[in-house]
This record gives sequence, C-alpha cells and structure tokens, in this order.
Amino acid sequence: MSNARPVPPLAQPRTPKLPSVAERTLDNGLRVLAVRRPGVPLAELRLRIPFAGPSGSSGRAFTAQASLLGDTLMSGTDRRDAATLAADVQALGAQLSASTDADRLGFGGSVLVAGLPGLLELLGEVLTSASYPKHEVLGERDRLVQELAIYRSQAAVVAREALLRRLYGEHPYGRELPTADEVEDVKPASLRALHAKRVAPAGSILTIVGDLPPGKALDHVEQYLSGWTAASKAYETPPLPEAQQQPALLLDRPGAVQTTLRMAASAPSRADADYAPFVLANLVFGGYFSSRWVANIREDKGYTYSPHAQVEHPPAGSRITVSADVSTPTTAPALLETLYELGRVATTPVTQAELDQARRYAVGSLALGTSSQAGLASTLSQLAGAGLGIEYLRDYPRQLAAVTVEDALAAASRYLAPNRLTTVLVGDVAQVEAPLRTLVDVELG
Amino acid sequence: MKTRRSTKAPQPGYRIERMTLGNGLRVVLSPDPTSPVVAVAVYYDVGMRSEPQGRTGFAHLFEHLMFQGSASLGKTEHFTYVQGNGGTLNGSTHVDYTNYYEVLPSEATELALFLEADRMRSVAVTQENLDNQIAVVQNEIRVNVLNRPYGGFPWLLVPPVLFDDFANSHNGYGDFVDLESSTLEDARGFFKRYYAPGNAVLTVVGDIDVEQVKGWVQQHFGDIPARKVPKRPSFREPMPTQERRHTAHDRLAPAPAVAIAWRTPDPADLTTFLPYVVLAEVLTDGDASRLQERMLLQDRSATHISGYLGLLGDPLDARDPTPFLLEVHHPEETPVDTVLATVDEEVRRLATGGLDHAELDRTIARMTARYLRDIDSVLGRATTMAVFEQQRDRAELVNELPGLLRQVTPQQVQEAAATLTKDTRTVLELRPGAEA
Repeated sequence: MSNARPVPPLAQPRTPKLPSVAERTLDNGLRVLAVRRPGVPLAELRLRIPFAGPSGSSGRAFTAQASLLGDTLMSGTDRRDAATLAADVQALGAQLSASTDADRLGFGGSVLVAGLPGLLELLGEVLTSASYPKHEVLGERDRLVQELAIYRSQAAVVAREALLRRLYGEHPYGRELPTADEVEDVKPASLRALHAKRVAPAGSILTIVGDLPPGKALDHVEQYLSGWTAASKAYETPPLPEAQQQPALLLDRPGAVQTTLRMAASAPSRADADYAPFVLANLVFGGYFSSRWVANIREDKGYTYSPHAQVEHPPAGSRITVSADVSTPTTAPALLETLYELGRVATTPVTQAELDQARRYAVGSLALGTSSQAGLASTLSQLAGAGLGIEYLRDYPRQLAAVTVEDALAAASRYLAPNRLTTVLVGDVAQVEAPLRTLVDVELG
Repeated sequence: MKTRRSTKAPQPGYRIERMTLGNGLRVVLSPDPTSPVVAVAVYYDVGMRSEPQGRTGFAHLFEHLMFQGSASLGKTEHFTYVQGNGGTLNGSTHVDYTNYYEVLPSEATELALFLEADRMRSVAVTQENLDNQIAVVQNEIRVNVLNRPYGGFPWLLVPPVLFDDFANSHNGYGDFVDLESSTLEDARGFFKRYYAPGNAVLTVVGDIDVEQVKGWVQQHFGDIPARKVPKRPSFREPMPTQERRHTAHDRLAPAPAVAIAWRTPDPADLTTFLPYVVLAEVLTDGDASRLQERMLLQDRSATHISGYLGLLGDPLDARDPTPFLLEVHHPEETPVDTVLATVDEEVRRLATGGLDHAELDRTIARMTARYLRDIDSVLGRATTMAVFEQQRDRAELVNELPGLLRQVTPQQVQEAAATLTKDTRTVLELRPGAEA
C-alpha cells in the first residue's frame, strides 16, 4: 500500500518475576498453596479433591451420584439450611460453588479479603457436615434432570458426548454426564455415604491467591480446615483404553442449518518432552485465530464462525479437540479443508516465521493468563493438580524457545495426523451424508 | 460466625490521566505496574440502535470489517500482529457502542496503539472481504441463534415486544436479506459518519509510562484528520402503559421459558438507576435471593432464574431506553401463569414490606466483590473506564462505583420494586417445539 506506515518495533520485554508460593501441608494431609497478588482487595480460592470413579457399569451410578453431590453440597449443613448458608456466603462478599468432573470435585470461590477467614470457616463446615437434606436433594435431582435435557438439546453437547464415548468407551471419560434415569436412581442417603467416603483432605490441594500475606492465608486455612479429618484412600483415574481407528460418526439433527464437526485424539501432557513442539504445531494448524485452518475455512471461505483446536489436560491423558460449526451445504468442503490442513502440518514443515509467531503467542498467553488474581489462582491450581509447580511458568517459555521447525514437524506427524483423529458430526443427514461419503467412511449413529 | 456490617466500601484507587487530541479523540490512561501487560480499548459511539432500516445487523457486520484491513495493514495482519506478539484481541457490538480491544505484554503497547490508529485512519475493505465476512456473520448467527435452543432468548426476542421504534426494537444481529444487501458503499458511509476520532474514546491500562504513552498516542492518532461528529439522536420512546405479551416457539428447546421485562428510568441519573441494579440482585443473585429462594428452593417451580439490566446483561453500558429483565426457565408442569403470579407476588412483597439493612448489605457486598473482580484484569478495567468516559464523561466512576452502590438505601430498592407492576410489564413466553 502506497501510504503504508511502518509498524513500530517492540520495546524491551520486562521479564516477569515468578510469584513466590508459600506452601504448607496440614496434619490431615491437605496441601495448601498461597500467593500474594496485590490488586483489588479480594482473595481467590480453588480446592481440588480427587474424585475419580470406576470404569464400567458401577461407574455410571458413581457419575450420577457425583453430579448430584456437586449440586447439593451447599444445600445445608448441620448448622445452616441452604438459604442461610447462601446468605452468609453472600454477606462476606463471597461466592463459592462446587462442581464435579470425571477426575475431581472442585470448589471455586472469591471473597472480599477481610472475609477470607469467614469463608474458610463456612467451607470447613460444608466439608465436614454437609447434610444433604431430603427435600433439597429431591428438588435438585428433578432440576438436574431438567438441566440435562436442556443441555443435551445443544448440538455441541450431543457431539461432545458422542466423541468422548467413541474415544473412551466405558471409561469415566466416556460418560461425563449421567442419564436422567441414572440421576433419578440417586438417593439422599447415598450422597451422605459418598461424601463420608470420598470428600477427604488427603490428596486434596487448596490454592489461595489474593491481596494478603501468604503466611496469613495459610494460618487461616490451618485454623478452619484442620478439623476436616475424613480418611480416604487414593483413588486414581483408571488408565485410558487404546485408541482405535473408526469411521466418522454422523448423528442426525434434521433440518439443522449447520453441522457440528468435532475431531479428537490423545495429546502429550504438559510434562511430556513433546508438549512444547506439539503446542506450537497445533497453533500453526488451528490453535489460534492467526492459524492456517482459520485463515482457510473462515477468513478465505466463510464456512464457519469460530473454528478452534483446543488442548485439554484431564489427568489420565491429555486430548486435542478440533471444533467447527459449519454451514450445512459446506459440510464436506469444510471437512476436506480440515483434513488438508491437518495433513499439511503433519507432513510438511511449518515456516520459521509461523513457528516464531506461534511461540510468541504461547509465551504471551501464559503472561496474560496469570496477570489477574483469578487467572493466577486457576493456573496454579491446574498446575498443582498435574503435579507441576510455579517453576513451570518459568520453564515452559524456555521449552517453547528451544523448539525447532523439525521438532514441530515431528510432533505434528505424531499427534495431528488426520488418520488418528476420531471424528463426529452432528447435522442434517439427508443433506450431508452423501457428500461426506465421498471423503471418509461414515457410520450413521 | 457473626456477620459484621463493614462500614466502608472497598474503594479502588486507580490513577486516571486524560488527554484530548486536536481531532477530538478522547484518551484515558491508567498505569498499573502489577503485571507486565497492557490493555488497549477503543470505543466508537455507535451501536445497533443507529442502524438504518433495511440494514439490520450492519453495526455488527461493520465491526467484522474493521479487522479486514486498514491504511497500512492487509487482511488478517491485525490479528497476526497482536497474536504474533503474545496478545489477544476482539471486538463487540452493543446497543449504543462498538468496541475493539487487545491485551498484550506491555512491550507491545506502542504496537497496539499503532494498530488501532491505523484502522481509525481508514478501513480498507474489498468486495471479496465483504462477501466473506457476510458469510462469517451468517455462520455466527447460525451457531448462536438458529442452530441453538433458546438462541437469541431473550435479547433478540424481547425488543420487538417491549419497544415500538425501529431503533430499539429491530434485530441487531441482522436479517439475512439485509446482511446480503450490504455494500462497500454502505461500509464507507458508516465509517465516515460514525468512526470519526471525535466519536471515539481510547483507554490504555496496565504496565505503562503515562508520559511515554501520551507521546505515542499523539504520534499515531494525532494526524488522523478531524471529521464532523454526528449528533447522537435520542432513542427515547414512551413507556408502555399496558401489559404486552407475545409467545415465541423454539423447535430446538425441550422446556419452556419466560422473560419478563420492564423499562427502567434513564440510566443517565445513577441515583435513580442504581436502585434498580441492586433490585435485580435482591431478586435473583444466589440461593438467598427472593426469587431463587422461593422458586428454586421452596416451590421448585423453576429450574433457572436470572435477573439483570440491559439487553446484553451489563447495566451500566446502555443509555435510555433500557430494560430490567427477568429470565425464568421452568418445567412444563409449572404453567407460565404460575411463574408470573409468583414473580408478581414476590415483587409486591418487596414493594410493600421492603427489606432490611442486612439483606441489602449482603447483596451489595457481593455485587461489590464481583465488580472488583471484573476490574482486576487490565481488560476489565480498560473497558469499564471506556464506557464510563464515553457515556458519562467520567472514567473515575471505575473507582467511585462501590461507594455509590453503598449509598443505595432499602427505601430506594423498595420504591424501585413498586414500579415493576403487571400493567407495565412485557411478557415473552418461549414455548418448546414448533408452532402448532
């Protein structure tokens, strides 16, 4: 362009100081991490309690119980009913919620910093004396059934459930959500029993980040959570089944104006030597907006609005998921371009410029993701759950810096090869089946 | 454990510096060295309400075009410069404004300013890129509305019932025919009219040296020629004087839902408006709120309740007219009239019996904490300051809001509740399944 102006250079980067983490393991086995992060007068709290269920049919009942346990943990204690507990949390300027997934029971919360002792006291009360009152449990059970129906009316949820089932079968990762029937079978007494057996401090990790001295945070935790003494053995998530090559699964959503395309495969974990090269190869492929795949199917062809390739880290095995919702008539062309871009990154080297750009993005994302109290708390909690410490924030950028074009190609050919991804599509079968069959084997579900 | 009433609201103390350029661009700078990151936001004072008839969805389509190339940058370069230097970026279109922002490691502060200045100077859209972005926006509408249960509920469904004027009532995501009719000429005209520097606010928040950034702002934005700033029309329309009802059918939804909307007083006057913001929380924030405790815990007549001000859920980012909204998802076994009667009963109970200080205090305590959490991120702070500066000439509200919330009295909340009457409400029922 004739009147183009020069793009200004970057200033000298400021090397971020590694936050200093205070750590204490209580006598009951609870591991506590605390970091001071000045800013707004708040404290963020993340608690992870190992909560993996068994594989097979007994795991199905467990998933239903665990889901409802997460929904009713805050429904009352031996001292407070649900509304009183909610009002007392609110009065501290706090929010506190529990949720479960296939690996853990988690609490997330934040509080005006002066209210941290009060919130820890309430948390201790919930952990040691949640009462699962019958009226509340039955009400939440009905509500969970309704919510599951609403949830499953979304194409993205239908596709995710089918994809996870295909990847993991009867492993707990293969059924994140219970069915309505499984939920209706849960009794209040079984939640109290599950709580007594599994809501235990050993193996659990509490992370606190906020505008207060970390030693003070640790003392507050010691004061209010030392009385949490339930004993539990270590429950590990069962190992994942071997991946199998299968045809693309096509589920019907009659009249759908878009097809929900999802493809997934195992990926290296953060601790794996392949991880940094894999992350960069994936970014170049489709892991951020400035990727080849987004440039192709969105910015060139307009097939979709929000394509993304995302890495998740469940403890039993990390996973890469490639997602795009594409207009119905462009379903097969969009899959073609997706297979092409995966194949290209898996078989031919990326350019040095592509690699460097992805590298700067990966390093920058880490800095941005830990720049707020909430972001730092979530990051530290996730790292701790994966057995990694704060040094990861220093070491990971160094690993990224060392990745070469050859390393990226090796990682891409290993993890992003199109023939190793499991594919699920949810769309209008009448319109998309025949064009899809010209590209891949299709199984109708 | 005793609940103590804290006597003082936590008061943030973010430093605020201003400059106004010769071309009219208003700039707010707020240094904070806590983390080595910076957020840059540009707010243009034009949103969905300013779209002409026949061009519904154009403000949002135009937002997409602002990423398609500018004076010195080709298509996709805006993204690659930001992401390729470690940052994230986006834009969004609201009823009264359109914003663009990026968050980057702070060594890229000047780069971010350059990028925003470049597209404020001129946008460079080709027919090919326009066609491409029309297709992308149509896919955005498909994924968020057409192929999604409860898509557009209630933000696209309520305005045509609650409002009468085109500006307030039309579909801001856009009709497909209107989107496909959009031309390069429309884009050039829209840019020229609404994207003048004098119609924008720039905020820069984070790890910055104020004097250095002032120099960069002058260098990169200073020579963008001034253009006439359009006078913002009033979008006021008369308040509804009788109940309005409409039923929508959603073939993808498995269960019914209902939205109940009222008009609020003009948000320009925070003294009369903030009690409504607090009222929404008293009614719907958490298990201890009036409607959740009654309908979720006691009666089990609903499965989800939320309440908020503003079509898109931010009470403080829209001018008059703006709605107070309640959104209730309920099982098929609960008739919608039971939902409406219960809501009405609880609102009247509040309007006649009022609330005590403890209930108000705990409500405001959590609102304050949630607000502080939002502004802890540099981006949350940059966007909050921008909208306060643009709509209220007062970026300082970022620090003052907790104190203002603290001044809301039980009496004011009670009086606000008294205005949520049956004969001024708009009811939008969503029925599951195709229309019979």
